[in-house]
Amino acid sequence: MRRSALALTVLALVTLPYWIGGPYYTNIASQILIWAIFALGLNVLVGYGGLVSLGHAGLFGTASYAAAWLVAAGAGQLAGGLGALALTLLMSALYAALALRATGIGFLMITLALGQILWGIAYRWISLTNGDNGINLSTRPMPLGWSLATPGAFYIATLVVFGLAVSAMASFVASPFGASLRGTRDQPRRMTALGYDVWLIRFLAFLFSGFWTGIAGLLFCYYNQFVSPHLVALSSSAEVLLMVISGGSGTLLGPIAGAALVVIMKNVASAYIERWNLVLGAIFVAIIVLMPEGLVPGSQRIWRWAWRVRDLPTAEIAR
Amino acid sequence: MIALEARALSKSFGGLRVSADVSFAIEAGERRLIIGPNGAGKTTLFNLITGELKPDSGSVHLFGRDITAVPSMRRAHHGLARTYQIITLFPKDTLLHNVTLALLGASPLRWNPMVRLANQLAVLRQAREALTRVGLGNLADRPLGETSYGERRRVEIAMALAQRPKVLLLDEPLAGLSIPERHEVRDLLLAIPRDTTIVMIEHDMDVALDFAERITLLHFGEVIVEGTRAEVVGDPRTREVYLGA
Amino acid sequence: MSQWVVLAVNSISFGGLLFLLSAGFSLIFGLMRIPNLTHGSFFMLGAYIGVTALRLGLDFWSAALLSGLAMAALGGMIERFLLRRLQGQELPQVLLTLGLSFMIADLSLMEWTGDPISVNTPAGLRGVMPVLGFGFRIYRLAIALIAVAIAAGLWVMLDWTRLGAMIRAGVDDAPIARVMGIRVSRLFTTVFCLGAGLAGFAGMLGAPILSVYPGLDADMLPLALIVVILGGTGSLLGALAGSFIIGILYNFGPALFPELAYVVLFLPMLLVLVLRPQGLFGRQSL
Repeated sequence: MRRSALALTVLALVTLPYWIGGPYYTNIASQILIWAIFALGLNVLVGYGGLVSLGHAGLFGTASYAAAWLVAAGAGQLAGGLGALALTLLMSALYAALALRATGIGFLMITLALGQILWGIAYRWISLTNGDNGINLSTRPMPLGWSLATPGAFYIATLVVFGLAVSAMASFVASPFGASLRGTRDQPRRMTALGYDVWLIRFLAFLFSGFWTGIAGLLFCYYNQFVSPHLVALSSSAEVLLMVISGGSGTLLGPIAGAALVVIMKNVASAYIERWNLVLGAIFVAIIVLMPEGLVPGSQRIWRWAWRVRDLPTAEIAR
Repeated sequence: MIALEARALSKSFGGLRVSADVSFAIEAGERRLIIGPNGAGKTTLFNLITGELKPDSGSVHLFGRDITAVPSMRRAHHGLARTYQIITLFPKDTLLHNVTLALLGASPLRWNPMVRLANQLAVLRQAREALTRVGLGNLADRPLGETSYGERRRVEIAMALAQRPKVLLLDEPLAGLSIPERHEVRDLLLAIPRDTTIVMIEHDMDVALDFAERITLLHFGEVIVEGTRAEVVGDPRTREVYLGA
Repeated sequence: MSQWVVLAVNSISFGGLLFLLSAGFSLIFGLMRIPNLTHGSFFMLGAYIGVTALRLGLDFWSAALLSGLAMAALGGMIERFLLRRLQGQELPQVLLTLGLSFMIADLSLMEWTGDPISVNTPAGLRGVMPVLGFGFRIYRLAIALIAVAIAAGLWVMLDWTRLGAMIRAGVDDAPIARVMGIRVSRLFTTVFCLGAGLAGFAGMLGAPILSVYPGLDADMLPLALIVVILGGTGSLLGALAGSFIIGILYNFGPALFPELAYVVLFLPMLLVLVLRPQGLFGRQSL
């Protein structure tokens, strides 16, 4: 991305609460950022690892629930957050150990099943999770003494975390380990013959993915101040996967674009269009059928085609 | 010194015996050719040597060390490299990136999630050199998708050579190449120094016979004839296998 | 004691329903390598269509049959016009079925509203049959019998007919089957129709017990998944065994371990994944 465009974007993002038109929209922006982090985390596995998980809401929910539960049980915010992250990493390791017994569709089915188990725990293990009644988080944390009670303040804090997430992702993708992961996606057999430990690479990638998914889950807990089983349901895993796929897996911008699309539709459009699930499903189907590589690469493809059509006459003249 | 040895390697898939009691010993620095009609079990033999397939019985030894139980990914670290019959490169990446991946496979750098790969000048330089050695230096930054079949075959070889292997397994390196391309690859292979032992599966007799010092003939998974070029060519069993006399 | 007997009967009837749902899922997955995430939707939509048929005056069994046929038709169209376009691309196919399930769920909500709809047990099968001093609900026994009958029918089809042979060949090795001249595309459509039809029929069959409500699809789909992973893909026997095991766990679980009910349900599946990934009776590994 060119420097000027990047600088403008950062400026717009930082000053967002002032120009977006009210706390409702600021909150939506926060939601977009939270889900963008979630989608970026999932994309590590889907886009760069070639491993599609339909159970990541389980990890997201583990972080959210753990933080809410720990704080409600009397732990401080920092302890709650760290404890939640630790638990999420453990859960990611468990997920990985089981799901990596298979690849491809098998991997998908195992992650789906694992997500369902966690949902079942959230829904039925009432003494632990309060079931459908959920758990409340009485106050948002106050990092370094700053209050996050207002939408604007919370947004800025989330933006900072988002910035860290994006730079961590960019770093990861450009690193030798990132190249190793992509190699296992494209030619796992060949990678083994070249000396790479494909299972371990995937396992570590899963932990990295789980970590950022957990961060997103934490942020959501602080944002919503209430966690319920719906967070961990299959539809949540499907939504975040949709964000990755619709935006274009295997890119950094894609999951962010996908998150924006889905969150905006969910919140803003549903005020005008009654059945957002239907519309979402339809968009999903349309994207799969028309642009199987996702929105971002797909629209890039269309853009390039448009430019090529435009350039044709000038190319002739130049000759 | 024996570089690569197989002792009574056997493998069956259900009722189908693909490798039947295969034994051979290849000297360090030797150029060995494995021939045989389609379905003779040549590629299976390679898969057994690299560990991609586990033998039902028998053992594989690399420089005297029994590697039968060593996992496939470790054998590369012991100096074993191979190319594939069907090109299995990384199609979305540049030639340079393909060879770089081959180099990283042996380096602890491959676990590093924090530095930029683009800044690892030493590795990238080595990758460029490997490509130059096979005559593809000027195409290093070309995406693989924009290269010809012959160029991709050479990338395979560049990747294998970049690993500085002690034993190099080439699975039909000339398949699908035009005559001038075959000569190019042959010259490439001839230029490989003697500290690399080469085992090659090939059908193109013109080039392959030229290249080989010793030949092993396989048929239905069994070793039928083994010896020097002259011995195998002159052996009546060779004619039988190919002409079904 | 009678509580356990009731649970046992419920387990068998639920297992029967699950079999009808999972058999189709298993065949579709075994043959086409697609875990059909629309399968729960077929179950639910079939039930809803059956409800509408009942309201229009049809008798229960005609309604159930209609449900099956309607879902078979829908399944056929989905396979022929959407899935076939994506042939060979596993992931887009799976995600397509996911997107469709979203759409069907919302359309159903629009048409039949959010209130659960209860369906009366069909006449003639109501009431309780006294056996050995215990009262067995007749309808539940009937479901189990129907499921076993259909299982037998499927088994005969698979083992004795040409279609069955083609399906088995396709499950074992689709590319080879194609090379041998089997019209694999047509086979795919047929199997998808069959699976969807069974699911729709099962949905109506189960309506007197489960009712019909939004979310029924999301409740049933994971169960089909567990059954197939547990029993093994592409295996009728596996689907049967898995269905009854899960039926038992689904009914006894909440009675014995109320809070861990859902975990109990999934545990055997996880064990199978770790110890025997191809499932109890499966031929292909996941």
